Amino acid sequence: MKKNKISINGKIYFAEQGQSVLEVAKKNGINIPSLCYHPDLKPGESCRLCLVEVKGRKGLFTSCGLTIEDGMEIITDSPVIKKARKINLELIMAQHREECNDCVWGFNCRLLELAKEFKVDFDMKDRKSEEPKYNFGPAIHFDSTKCMDCQNCVQACAQQVGFLEVQEDGDFFKIGFAKDKDCIYCGQCLMHCPVGAFEGVGEFEEVDKALLNENKHVVVQFAPSIRVSIGEEFGMGYGKVVTGQLVAGIRKLGIDKVFDVSVGADLVTMEEAEELKDRIVNGGVLPMMTSCCPGWVKYVEYYRPDLIPHLTTVRSPQVLMGGLIKTYWAEKNGIDPKDIIVVSIMPCTAKKYEITKEELLVNGIKPVDYVLTTRELAYVMKKKGIDLSKLKPEKANVPLGDPSGAGVIYGATGGVMESALRTAYFKITGNNLKKIDFKSVRGINGCKTASVKIGDTKINIAVSSGIKNTECLLENMKHYHYMEIMACPGGCISGGGQPIPTTDEIRKMRIAAIYGVDKKKKIRSAHESVEIKELYNTFFKDEKNVHSICHTKFSQKKRMGAKKVK
Amino acid sequence: MEIIKALKESGLTGRSGSGFPTGLKWEMVKNNKGKKKYIICNASEGEPKVSKDKYILENYAEEVINGIKIALDTFRDSEAIIYINKEYYPLFKTKLTNLSKGLPISLFKKGPGYIAGEETTILEVIEGRRAEPRKKPPFPVEKGLYGMPTLINNVETFYYISKIFKGEYFGTRFYSITGDVKSPGVYELSADWSTKKILEETDNYPTSEFFIQIGGGACGEIFLEKELKNKPCGSGSIIVFDKKKTKPIDLMKEWADFYMKGNCNKCVPCREGGYRIVEALNEKKVNWERINEILFVLKETSFCSLGKSIYTPFSSLIKKILNEKK
Repeated sequence: MKKNKISINGKIYFAEQGQSVLEVAKKNGINIPSLCYHPDLKPGESCRLCLVEVKGRKGLFTSCGLTIEDGMEIITDSPVIKKARKINLELIMAQHREECNDCVWGFNCRLLELAKEFKVDFDMKDRKSEEPKYNFGPAIHFDSTKCMDCQNCVQACAQQVGFLEVQEDGDFFKIGFAKDKDCIYCGQCLMHCPVGAFEGVGEFEEVDKALLNENKHVVVQFAPSIRVSIGEEFGMGYGKVVTGQLVAGIRKLGIDKVFDVSVGADLVTMEEAEELKDRIVNGGVLPMMTSCCPGWVKYVEYYRPDLIPHLTTVRSPQVLMGGLIKTYWAEKNGIDPKDIIVVSIMPCTAKKYEITKEELLVNGIKPVDYVLTTRELAYVMKKKGIDLSKLKPEKANVPLGDPSGAGVIYGATGGVMESALRTAYFKITGNNLKKIDFKSVRGINGCKTASVKIGDTKINIAVSSGIKNTECLLENMKHYHYMEIMACPGGCISGGGQPIPTTDEIRKMRIAAIYGVDKKKKIRSAHESVEIKELYNTFFKDEKNVHSICHTKFSQKKRMGAKKVK
Repeated sequence: MEIIKALKESGLTGRSGSGFPTGLKWEMVKNNKGKKKYIICNASEGEPKVSKDKYILENYAEEVINGIKIALDTFRDSEAIIYINKEYYPLFKTKLTNLSKGLPISLFKKGPGYIAGEETTILEVIEGRRAEPRKKPPFPVEKGLYGMPTLINNVETFYYISKIFKGEYFGTRFYSITGDVKSPGVYELSADWSTKKILEETDNYPTSEFFIQIGGGACGEIFLEKELKNKPCGSGSIIVFDKKKTKPIDLMKEWADFYMKGNCNKCVPCREGGYRIVEALNEKKVNWERINEILFVLKETSFCSLGKSIYTPFSSLIKKILNEKK
C-alpha cells in the first residue's frame, strides 16, 4: 500500500492512505483529546474536541474525520485549539449530568480527565438533568441525563438490531426506541458510549446484595473469557491471563467456593456434539445453531422464531453449571439447593436477562441467582481494596473447577465450534483428531466458513459474530450443517460486560490470550476431561438428570422494549 | 459544451448564498463519472424574511423549468428534483407539474428545519435519512445523491441559466428588500449596484437612523449606514432596521431561537452552544463573555457551514450596534 508522508507538530510520520489524522496520531503516541471517536465506528464528528490545524488551510479541523494527504502538515496544539477545546468541553459538561460514583468508566473517565486538563468551569446548569431513565429488560440501564448525543450507541446498535434510533424531540433530538424492534441486551451501546450513559441493570447498586448473603452458601462461577480481560481493570495490561488471581480475588471477597464455567462449557460441548451427530445421522433439522449466547437466542426468539428448530437444545454453560451446582454439587455436599446462591461472573449484559427465563428452572429453582459483569466484579474488588495484580494465584474448586482447553476457548468467536468439532470427531469416528487446532474458525473476522471432514462425512460449518454479520450468513444457511453464532463482535471477549474501552486491537489480544490457555492445557478436548468422564459415569448416567440440567426449549418472545424507571 | 462555455463567460455565480461560479460547477458535474446524474433545483428558501425564490416561482416558473431542462439536456442519463419549501409546495405544485410534463422532473418537499436547505442535507433528506449535513469532501458534484454526481442550483440560478441560454441575460439579479422600508418587495436589478443605490432606486432609503442585514434574515451580516458602498452579497436579501425601533437584544433572541429550532443538533457547538446563547440572552444580566465564547466555537469548530454562519449576524451586531451604544 502506498505510504504517505505527513508531519505532526513538525515531526515526520508515514501513514497509510485512507487513515485519519487522529488514527495516525494515536498510532504514534501523539495525544489529541477526543471523546466520541471509537475505532469500531464511522467518525460521528460530534464532540468537536479532536481539533487540529492544517498548514495552508483556514480554520480548525476535527482530526477523526480528516483523511491524511501526502505532505500534510498538522498542528495539534495552539492557543486557538486550546480555547476551542475548553469551550466545547464546558458545553459537553453542561449537557452531561455527572454521577461519577456510579459510572462504568470509573476512574478512567476521559471527560473528567479532560475537564481537569483544560480547567473546565462547571458553572452552567445541566441541560439534561430532568431527562428520563430506562431499563431494557432486566439487563441494560440507559440514563439519558448523561447522554451527550454523539449517536455512537445508535451506530453500534445498527450493526446489531437497530433498536436504538434518533428521534426528534422538540428543539433537540433524543435516543429513542424503534417501535417494531426489541433490545437483545448485547450491551454494545454501553461499550461504545463515551460518557457512561448506559450500564448493566444493578451495576454498582446490587453487587453487594449478590455477594453478601450470610445465611446462604454463596458460590461464584466465572465465565471463560473473564480470565483474559479482568486484569485490564487492575492495570495488568491487555491479553493477560489472570485465572489464578481471579480465583484468589473472589476468595478475598469471602467466597469459599469458586467454580469455572469452562467446565460447564465442556459439558455443553459433550451434549452439543452428541446432538450434532444425532441430527446428521438421523436426518434432524440442519444447520444446527449454537444457543449459548443469550443475545443471539433473544434475537431468534423475537426476530426469527422460524429458526427455533435450528437451535441446539443444550443450555448455556453458566445455566448448565448453575443447575449442576444446585443438584450434583449440593447433593455431594449435603446442602439444600434452596440455601445456595449462585453468582455468575459474566462478560455479558444479556446473561442478566438469561437467568430470568422460567424455562430454565431446575426442580423449580433458578440455576443462577445473580449475574455480575467483569466490570462489576472489578468494581466490588476495588471497593474492598483488593488488587488482583498483588494476589498469589489460587486454584478453583474441584469438581467443577478444572476445565479442558476446549472449555476455555468458548470465550472467543469460533471457540464453541472448535470445541464441538474436537469432540464430535471423536464421537462419530471413535478416534481423536491428530491435529486439533481449527485455525479457519479463529480470529475476529465476523464471518468465517469452512468444510471439515469427519470420517466419510463432509461437514460445512459457519461462524459469525455480530448480528449484521450473522444476518449475511443466514441468507445462505442451507449450505451449512453447523453454525456458531455470537451476538457481540469477536465473541464473549468483547461482550457488553467487559472492560471499556474495547477495540479490535484489544479484542485480538484477549483472543490470543484465550488460545494461549488452551495451548498450554494437557487436556484440550471436553471428552477427555477427567471431571467430565466422572460426571457421565455417575450423575449423568441417569438420562433424566442430563435432560433436566443440560437441555431446554425455546419459544417466540414478546417485545419488552424500554421501561421508564426512576 | 456550448452552454457550459456560455455560463462561464456570463460570470454567473450561484444565487443561494455561497456564490460559487455556475459554469465551473456544471463542468465538474459533466466531467465526473457516474451511471446517472442528478439535478436538484433548490427551492427550499429557508432564510427568514426572504422570498425571492417564491417570487421567481410565481412569475417565472417557465424560465426555471427551462433552466432545469437545459441541465437535463447537458448531462446524459440525468434526472431532476425540485426540492421545495413546504409552504410553497401547495402553491406551485400544479404549475410546476404541468410545466414538467414529459420531463424527468419530480417535486420533493423540504425536510424539517433550516438545516434541511443546506446542500448536503438535501441529499440526506431525499435519500430518506435524518436532516443532517454530510461531510465534505466529497462534494455533491463528485458524489451526491445516491453517490452520483449531482448538480445543486438555486431557483434563481436556473432562471438565469435559461436567460443565458436564450441570450437574454444582462447582468441582473433579484433582491428581496424588507423591514422598515416604504416599498418592500422583490426587485430584479443590476448586479453591479451598491446597496445604497439599490435602496435609493427602489425608493427604500430610510429617512431616519438605520442599519441593515444583508444575506438573509438569520445568517446575514449587519452593516451600518456608512457601509453601503459595497454590493450586497449572498442571497441578495436586504433587511432594513430602524435603529430607534429595534432592540438589538430582541433581534438576537429571534435569531437564536430560529437557529436552535432549525439546526440539526449533530455537533456540540451548534446544539449546546445554540441552547446556551438562548439561555444567556434570557437571563436578567446577559453573560456576554459566554456568548462571545460560544460564537467563537461556532465559527471555528462547527461541523457545517450553517453552524459557522451563526457567528456572522451576532458578532456584527454586537460589534457595530451593541458596543457602540455602551
